[in-house]
Amino acid sequence: MYGNDFGEPLNAAETADYADAVQEYFDGLIDADKRIEPRDAMPEGYRKTLIRQIAQHAHSEIIGMQPEGNWITRAPSLRRKAILMAKVQDEAGHGLYLYSAAETLGVDREELLDKLHNGQQKYSSIFNYPTLTWADAGAIGWLVDGAAIMNQVPLCRCSYGPYARAMIRVCKEESFHQRQGFEILWTLSQGTPEQQAMAQDAANRWWWPSLMMFGPPDTGEAAQGGHTAQNMAWGIKRFSNDDLRQKFVDMTVPQAQKLGLTLPDPDLRWNEERGHWDFGEIDWDEFWRVLKGDGPCNEQRITHRRRAHEEGAWVREAANAYAAKHAPHNNTVQEVA
Amino acid sequence: MSDPTTTEVPSNAPTGDYTAYLLGLADDALIYAHRLGEWLTRAPQIEEDMALGNVGLDLLGQARSLLTRAGELEGAGRDEDDLAYLRDEREFRNVHLVEQPRGDFGHEMARMLWFASYQHELYSALLDSTDQVLAAVAAKAIKEVAYHRDHAGQWVVRLGDGTEVSHDRMQAGLAAVAPYVAELGDDDRASVAAAEAGVGILPSALVEGTAAHVRAVVAQATLSMPDEPRWRSRGGREGVHSEAMGYLLAEMQHIHRSHPGATW
Repeated sequence: MYGNDFGEPLNAAETADYADAVQEYFDGLIDADKRIEPRDAMPEGYRKTLIRQIAQHAHSEIIGMQPEGNWITRAPSLRRKAILMAKVQDEAGHGLYLYSAAETLGVDREELLDKLHNGQQKYSSIFNYPTLTWADAGAIGWLVDGAAIMNQVPLCRCSYGPYARAMIRVCKEESFHQRQGFEILWTLSQGTPEQQAMAQDAANRWWWPSLMMFGPPDTGEAAQGGHTAQNMAWGIKRFSNDDLRQKFVDMTVPQAQKLGLTLPDPDLRWNEERGHWDFGEIDWDEFWRVLKGDGPCNEQRITHRRRAHEEGAWVREAANAYAAKHAPHNNTVQEVA
Repeated sequence: MSDPTTTEVPSNAPTGDYTAYLLGLADDALIYAHRLGEWLTRAPQIEEDMALGNVGLDLLGQARSLLTRAGELEGAGRDEDDLAYLRDEREFRNVHLVEQPRGDFGHEMARMLWFASYQHELYSALLDSTDQVLAAVAAKAIKEVAYHRDHAGQWVVRLGDGTEVSHDRMQAGLAAVAPYVAELGDDDRASVAAAEAGVGILPSALVEGTAAHVRAVVAQATLSMPDEPRWRSRGGREGVHSEAMGYLLAEMQHIHRSHPGATW
């Protein structure tokens, strides 16, 4: 018993039996529509998918601070300035919850930020469009946050517990953001002819990119190897891209009417039979082009982000050095991402 | 704030001077809030985007209350936005410290440490203002600026006692703001009148308390107080600013001014 006649130490986690047991346990939880928690065993594919999705979501929050942050110094009233600062600050907070949710899956924020900065991970392509007038601050709230809510409300029931719980809070704040965006446009639409024109111009520019936020269509020529089927089976995704897009259009068209704004789609009409709004063909070439880097602000957004990160490196290093010097028990020092 | 029992000006306060005094306090808060707003998306880490945004929001809230009060007392029907967006540079009464362009994070923490320490002394004294509105603003603001002062102080200590690089950059930040510090203690005409009437406090009375706090933080941070600067800023309270101010106002005011009479 004490001899050296053992083979290599056995790693239980590498055996087929173990993998089967994990899968069975995991499938049981998914089938029962229960939450997977950080300490639960989970298939590697599920873990990787979640890391990718949560990271992309977190990146979108912090890159999304830029187009709106662009208007903080020029907001046309002090009330608007305060609301906008609070809103951009909320987005930073969402980024933090989401990076924390991703960290429960065994990655750290620093690693995820590196992947954002070197282009290995993406953020929502909508933020590659510029905010050119004050009305764009309204259109982002109304349309972009509105579309985000459509995507995110089902995530409150996502099978991964930390992500689902983060989304509950995020969605509450996003709903407030959407209302403030609507209110910006409402005020403009009640205002001078120049303000009304500004609101209409913003709606014209943001409508189609907002519809693209739901991703490629489920079927047809433009449908391309998405993750929908697997993510639905895993309880990460609850509705298809096209279903969510239709919901968004149905919600938004009456709001546009209330604002007195037209939407730039000649094919937009109520379909009595379907009980939904029909809408025109989305320019999927533009979608793929911007996604691949050829949008008006792709370069600008990531350069801005990298620059802030690089310019802040000495501060983060100092915080780590200080914490190491002054830690009461010097073994575990929290890294500042 | 619109309660008629609290909006009366104490009868011995010279209204014009008192309005000018309030505008000085309001403009300091407004212009610094604007500069801090520039940090959002540019901070060293996300937590700091949030923190700097928070400080800016607090200051913006103080500015709005103070501008509204100044407008009421002036009696010309000007509201917070008229005062923020439609005054020209020479009518702004903030000190030069808050209008200086955004520098690096060490510079910002040096500026915030001085400004929050000054505001802490200021609002402590204004708790006793005979203007009940100003006393109420001070009572709320003092909790906010205590946090700002603490936040800046913690960073000055971390950076001063962090790495060699951060030590040098923090020391450079203190040196960069040094010429703008003395102006915080200048007794301009409006402050003297407001102090005499019991509604305000002499800025020179705040200098020692402000400097004592900064000195304590600087010592803890293993830094040294910068040498006496060769020059010092003057005149912000009389509307004489540095060149940075015109660009700041051009950016802040241009949308509002491009649409006269519009509602936002």
